[in-house]
Amino acid sequence: METQAIIQTTALTKRYDHQTAVDHLDFQVVEGEVFGFLGPNGAGKTTTLLMLLGLSRPTEGTASVCGLNPERKAMEVKKIVGYLPENVGFYGDMDAVQSLRYIADLNRIPGSEAQDRIHEVLKLVGLSEDGVKKVSAFSRGMKQRLGIAEVLLKDPKVMFLDEPTLGLDPDGAVRLIELIQSLNQERKITVLLSSHHLQQVQKISHRVGIMIKGRMVAEGSVDALAREKFGVGEEKFTLEEIYMKYFQEV
Amino acid sequence: MSGLGAVYRKELSDNFSSFRFVILFALIAMVSFIISYMAGVSLKDNLEGVAKPKFVFLMLFGTKGTLFSLVEFVAVFGPLIGLVLGFDAINGERAHGTLVKIVSQPIYRDAVINGKFLAGATTIAVLVVSVVLVISGFGLTLVGVVPGVEEILRLAIYVGISIFYISFWLGLSILFSIAFRSVATSFLASVALWIFLSFFVSLGASVLANAIAPVEKREGADPETVVANAQIKEGASLLSPMFIYSNATATIVDPMRKTTRSLVLMGPMEQMSSSRFQNPLSLGQSLVVVYPHLAALIALSLICFAVSYWIFMMQEIRT
Repeated sequence: METQAIIQTTALTKRYDHQTAVDHLDFQVVEGEVFGFLGPNGAGKTTTLLMLLGLSRPTEGTASVCGLNPERKAMEVKKIVGYLPENVGFYGDMDAVQSLRYIADLNRIPGSEAQDRIHEVLKLVGLSEDGVKKVSAFSRGMKQRLGIAEVLLKDPKVMFLDEPTLGLDPDGAVRLIELIQSLNQERKITVLLSSHHLQQVQKISHRVGIMIKGRMVAEGSVDALAREKFGVGEEKFTLEEIYMKYFQEV
Repeated sequence: MSGLGAVYRKELSDNFSSFRFVILFALIAMVSFIISYMAGVSLKDNLEGVAKPKFVFLMLFGTKGTLFSLVEFVAVFGPLIGLVLGFDAINGERAHGTLVKIVSQPIYRDAVINGKFLAGATTIAVLVVSVVLVISGFGLTLVGVVPGVEEILRLAIYVGISIFYISFWLGLSILFSIAFRSVATSFLASVALWIFLSFFVSLGASVLANAIAPVEKREGADPETVVANAQIKEGASLLSPMFIYSNATATIVDPMRKTTRSLVLMGPMEQMSSSRFQNPLSLGQSLVVVYPHLAALIALSLICFAVSYWIFMMQEIRT
């Protein structure tokens, strides 16, 4: 599995006035994998993602995404990285196709090409039937799918998905996770996935990282983490148990 | 400018298709009909007995009918148009969770705010131009006077100043929408500032002037004190964009206006002769008179926009 790191951070730190959100973070994501980015709320996951996108400036340390420094080359990074924010919002008075067209416009995809791409991504996320429905009438699951469609529009190399399963019903969460897995396998998109649905994350992640209080306390395959903590392999312990163990220790 | 065009197009179509715009448009249409009617009616009275009227067409915009003239209306309520178009520009996107999504696309962050400002300014321009055209059209049929070249030039300048003035308020409301996280707070704050700057400053200016250089009786007062009083009043009033706007458009729309009339103490005979032999100020001279106020207005808009630009670029994007 160890081939090439597509994302790499070195001592990445973000300090707000009195509080350190991200504290000398070192981790890497390998090209082609699904990386489960875990941690309690407020651990600094979103801040890390924003720094990787160049939307937030690190106080210290550096990051590299596809060999680019997001602090300097934010535009290039944003061209190849698709980001689905937590609780992503849409313009309620637009329909799905209009929303996608605006994103295509922002990505400077010419009109004729955009048309084809929009239909393609809608099909991919299973919203072909709902293209002309107003987004305000969408269910939460449909909105997340539309969010992923918007991310796919720019044909990204890497996707950052910040809590895409938040607030979804169990069935919706499973289907979304399956969608993410198929995108990873069929389109070879590297996925950085942050989620609290640990069971689902375990199913599709090649490796996971557990971030607590701004630090990465564990990084590796679920199997490796289980061995490290309990001395036995993955088959005996779920990711949930491993996560709780790390969480209690900090 | 990467992304500016996309944001501009989207915001412009939003502006024109929103319910907000329908309300604004209804208001504007109503106002322009009323104004052209009032002006048309009172114009006949005003022109009676005048031997050789000049700039009759401009009177459509500058003469006060039973209620107000267009110039007065724009001075007082124009800001509201700017505020309505901008008060939720940034914090609305924040609240809907769309801001992070937009800036994570390959665009420069300033494209968002520039696009929104330009789209708002375009909307304002369309509104102002259409009001002026509607009044002109009505005026043509009501009064039957065709505008001369100079009048058209003056109107064009007036339209330009008005767009700048309303855009200043648009910029201010965008600034508040960046500074305040809540849409309601930013709207109330900008309305409060509008009321303060437009109505209270002029009141405060005369209070201040009378406190520092009191002039109790016009006759027999010390000329130095009168001048000081007027200067303080004028200086303090400069805080109010409405005052600046009124002064910047004054001799443009009303070339007969005497800027110093209120200060000069004249006897009745002098007054009569000055009103009998008054002549309009030429366009060049009008521009010279209004130039300082014009410059102040443009500077205000630019400063306001620069401040919001700076805050927005510095701000953490995270909600």
